[in-house]
Amino acid sequence: MSKPVIATTSLAGCFGCHMSLLDIDERILTLIELVEFNKSPIDDIKTFTKPVDIGLIEGGCCNSENVEVLKSFRKNCKILVSLGECAIMGGLPALRNGIPIEECLHEAYIGGPTVQLNKDGIMPNDDELPMLLDKVYPCHEIVKIDYFLPGCPPRADLIWDALVALVTGDPMKLPYEVVKFD
Amino acid sequence: MENTIKQIVEKYNSNRMRLMDILIDIQESEGYISRDAITTMAAMLDMSQADVEQTISFYHFFSTKPRGKYTVYLNNSPVAYMFGREAIKEAFEKSAGIPFGQVTDDGLIGLFDTACIGMNDQEPAAIINNVVFTRLTPYRVREIVKMMKEGKPMEELRKESFGDGKNNLPSLRSMVSSNIRRKGMILSDDYKYGTVIKEKLPTMSPENVIAEMKHSSIRGRGGAGFPTGLKWEFCRRAKGEKHYVICNADEGEPGTFKDRVILTEKPELVFEGMALAGYAIGGDEGVLYIRYEYRYMKNYLEEVLEKMRNEGLLGENISGIEGFNFDIRIQFGAGAYVCGEESALLESLEGKRGEPRDKPPFPVEKGYLGNPTIINNVETFATAVRIVQNGGEWFTQFGTDDSTGTKILSISGDCMFPGVYEVNWGFNVEDMLDMVGAYDVQAVQVGGPSGTLIGPDEFHRTLGYSDLSTGGSMMIFGKQRNLLKDVVVNFMEFFIDESCGSCSTCRNMTQVMNNKLKKILAGKGVAKDLKDLKEWSKVLNPSRCGLGQTAANPIVSSLKNFRHLYEELLQKDKDFDEGFDLESSVQASCNYVGRVPVFNHH
Ligand SMILES: Cc1cc2nc3c(=O)[nH]c(=O)nc-3n(C[C@H](O)[C@H](O)[C@H](O)COP(=O)(O)O)c2cc1C
Ligand code: SF4
Ligand code: SF4
Ligand code: FES
Repeated sequence: MSKPVIATTSLAGCFGCHMSLLDIDERILTLIELVEFNKSPIDDIKTFTKPVDIGLIEGGCCNSENVEVLKSFRKNCKILVSLGECAIMGGLPALRNGIPIEECLHEAYIGGPTVQLNKDGIMPNDDELPMLLDKVYPCHEIVKIDYFLPGCPPRADLIWDALVALVTGDPMKLPYEVVKFD
Repeated sequence: MENTIKQIVEKYNSNRMRLMDILIDIQESEGYISRDAITTMAAMLDMSQADVEQTISFYHFFSTKPRGKYTVYLNNSPVAYMFGREAIKEAFEKSAGIPFGQVTDDGLIGLFDTACIGMNDQEPAAIINNVVFTRLTPYRVREIVKMMKEGKPMEELRKESFGDGKNNLPSLRSMVSSNIRRKGMILSDDYKYGTVIKEKLPTMSPENVIAEMKHSSIRGRGGAGFPTGLKWEFCRRAKGEKHYVICNADEGEPGTFKDRVILTEKPELVFEGMALAGYAIGGDEGVLYIRYEYRYMKNYLEEVLEKMRNEGLLGENISGIEGFNFDIRIQFGAGAYVCGEESALLESLEGKRGEPRDKPPFPVEKGYLGNPTIINNVETFATAVRIVQNGGEWFTQFGTDDSTGTKILSISGDCMFPGVYEVNWGFNVEDMLDMVGAYDVQAVQVGGPSGTLIGPDEFHRTLGYSDLSTGGSMMIFGKQRNLLKDVVVNFMEFFIDESCGSCSTCRNMTQVMNNKLKKILAGKGVAKDLKDLKEWSKVLNPSRCGLGQTAANPIVSSLKNFRHLYEELLQKDKDFDEGFDLESSVQASCNYVGRVPVFNHH
């Protein structure tokens, strides 16, 4: 049997969840034994080159590019996992959701106290740039998500246990410390 | 203005526990509560401004901005819509020239929505400067607005005759109707108030009174159904400097209005019940906590209390019983459904935001000002008088084994004769519908939004604590109604508005579920949504109070009993659709930065 294939991405996230994935320490060596990585910042593969078994998504969607990437993950992965608060709930980026996007843009590029050099009030509007969404969406509001791993970031052990469970098909251990958050 | 504020605060002895009264008086005399007023009163009450502000911000009828010389609060319960609210709203907006939620530029007229004002049997209804206008029509609205523009006094705005019963009295003078359609032991005219206090209490010890209450097996009429005798006994046994009796007349559950009718027609019975409860628990003071929507009854109820004081039914050594001292004051709320929850009511009574307390301790141990307190519904106190008059044994012959006595129902919606009906417990829904003249019924909402929505195959069920438990709200929906769109969404939005916000479950899940419901209504639903709704509703169970614990009921019960209405709306060819639309969601940002959205559709 060929190794299960994993892909990962960071959408509107801080890369903290990926850091947490690396936090499994020396088990990373075991992981590489167990699975093969495809599209992921970890191996820097930019596009899907084969069908993937498990896709790990960090971050929610704040712009059109996030949406495209997420949709491509859904298309290429059998199982999608929302990894961390941002993917599950929108997280910190979603703090802007209570503020109209116009106000956010104005604050960032024109009105904010740290804006010094934009005398002409130029707004980023090049076609190459992703388009901002009206608010930050959690992943499951865009595509179907199969599993959710909570935490900000989820603990390395939780990610490890979840991956092992998905790969081996064994039920996942969920001790109290893992599901209690406060 | 500063002087007015000072006078008001001094009127209540600069006591911060009376902040509700202070704010109500300021709101009424100034039309709003200004920043300066907040500064002045905070200093006088030795409170932080933030503490004053958080109380203000909690209540619907307090405002830090002017709400107009004439302020219109138009009821938005589903029954109001069924009786033409849309046309009334339009007429107000057109003649006043502003949309709801705003005040005219000249500060003359303010238009606001408000949750059920307890007039479901005479909708559409609105409250204008504390005067209730019932059975509104577009013609009347135009007339009313015209008179507002001419600056006419409130008395002249009313053209209707006064309502039936005591609504006619000089101290009430209200166009509200009582609509009593069926009388039982409480609404009957064969009891002369004061008899129990004068003739019974001198022959009974407080323990005797409690024993009769326990023997009657009466359970609270406010909805939760706790055995009243037991509650009184717990309170009597609890130690504290003082003991309090509080009557819950918050009546916020949409569709109920029977407490209004009892307080209009039989206020003496309620006050007598409070006094006898005071006797039973060793209570010193009673408070009637009544919703602000019923402010029009203020003078009337105060007159009744004064009359009862003069007749020796309230005051000191009542009925010649040494040490039986008991008096009652009236406390108004300011527009918050959750203040009907007993511990939130206590917070409000102490001048704070109406956020429910953690329990235990229960109010019988630590209630008002930390002292043992009983809180009972209006109807419970009225019933207690008849129990003590005739004995607990007598009472058990009415109703059923587990639900003794009578229940006063508030019946509204699609029926010939909406109004108040006093029936024995054990009445079934079928008979009830025939009694009120309701034909072609699609559904009945039993017990208000927090209760259940039932369809014809359950009309054989009976009213009682073991089957269909209810505080008395019955809303009838005919075949022509769109249950999901017009009823369920309305109820969900009611809970969203009224959640106090303490529990994340109640604050968020109500929104999440309502969004999903609306998505389904928009034709974007898939089969999984129904499963989600059912599963997610469980998240609300651990909420702190009954509001959150029942807030999913409109969806859960309609999903259970009217599943086909949901299924008809689902997309059959999809198993995932969250309703996300990329094109519309980038529109606003592209417009703002000045670019044309480009999509590479794959
Ligand atoms: C959100 C909420 C609102 C309530 N509103 C009322 C009300 O308006 N009137 C009432 O009597 N009880 C209301 N209750 C029930 C009270 O908490 C309490 O159980 C009742 O007043 C006790 O009186 P009873 O035993 O005579 O029914 C409400 C409960 C909740 C959770
Ligand atoms: S969940 Fe936390 S760690 Fe993960 S991307 Fe969001 S902010 Fe970063
Ligand atoms: S359940 Fe809702 S209304 Fe009740 S305390 Fe919690 S947030 Fe407040
Ligand atoms: S700041 Fe971006 S990963 Fe830490």
